[in-house]
Amino acid sequence: MTNPSSWPAAPAYLPRRRAVLAATVALPLASLVPTLAPLTARAEDKPDVAAFKAYVGSRRVSTGRLKLDVPRIADNGNTVPVKIQMIGPFAAGAEVRSVHLFSEKNPVPQMAVFHFPVALPRIELESRVRLAGSQRLMAVATLADGSLHAASADIVVTVSACLDGS
Amino acid sequence: MADARIQVAAQIRRGEPFEVKVIIRHAMETGFRLTDDGKPIARNVIRLVTCHYNGAEVFRAETSSGLSANPYISFFVIARDSGELVLEWIDDTGVKGSERAPVVVAG
Repeated sequence: MTNPSSWPAAPAYLPRRRAVLAATVALPLASLVPTLAPLTARAEDKPDVAAFKAYVGSRRVSTGRLKLDVPRIADNGNTVPVKIQMIGPFAAGAEVRSVHLFSEKNPVPQMAVFHFPVALPRIELESRVRLAGSQRLMAVATLADGSLHAASADIVVTVSACLDGS
Repeated sequence: MADARIQVAAQIRRGEPFEVKVIIRHAMETGFRLTDDGKPIARNVIRLVTCHYNGAEVFRAETSSGLSANPYISFFVIARDSGELVLEWIDDTGVKGSERAPVVVAG
């Protein structure tokens, strides 16, 4: 017969099962936190697109209004659909004058600049781009009053646009 | 065969933006590719695309090898009067192209 009460009490120095389990879960998590934090922080507010940084310089950039849509995964880097949108209306003197599209890894980082000599109530652009590998894209709208609006998108490219003649 | 196609929205109302879809036949040779015997293929991409509406410039794109072969661009233009869109482009070798599309504005 098994009667727990008749069992000898566990010695105090032996860790309890629950405590051990908790420790095994907590330890790797705790060690992950410092490595995860800078990754997520960088992904959200400090994009590493050199051409974008060069264009913006020390100017202030707003996010949220400009939208950059690309597929999350592109099978073929030779033709990837890109959609850029900025919904107005824009205040007089603050219309969109140009939209730059920058790539993180392409050999030509400034992929395209679209100019709007005539003020539009909203911006809607579509095109198809080449991408040399998985990377981040940045779009920047420059308004007539000089303010900048940016949007970014990360994309996984399965087959990169060919660069080497292969 | 024309070198470009322009598609303009079917219903265009005065004062409202209408969509213009453009596709240009061009290899957009990047300059990064090699021939079979290892020689680089010279870059030849469209550098500039402009669109005029009844004589006034309404859209301009500085393009690069970052756009796909046979580049496609769609953008919006505000309808004023019936008339014509003129699309023009130039590539690295200086070859120019153009295409026209009628615009019929209702109301």
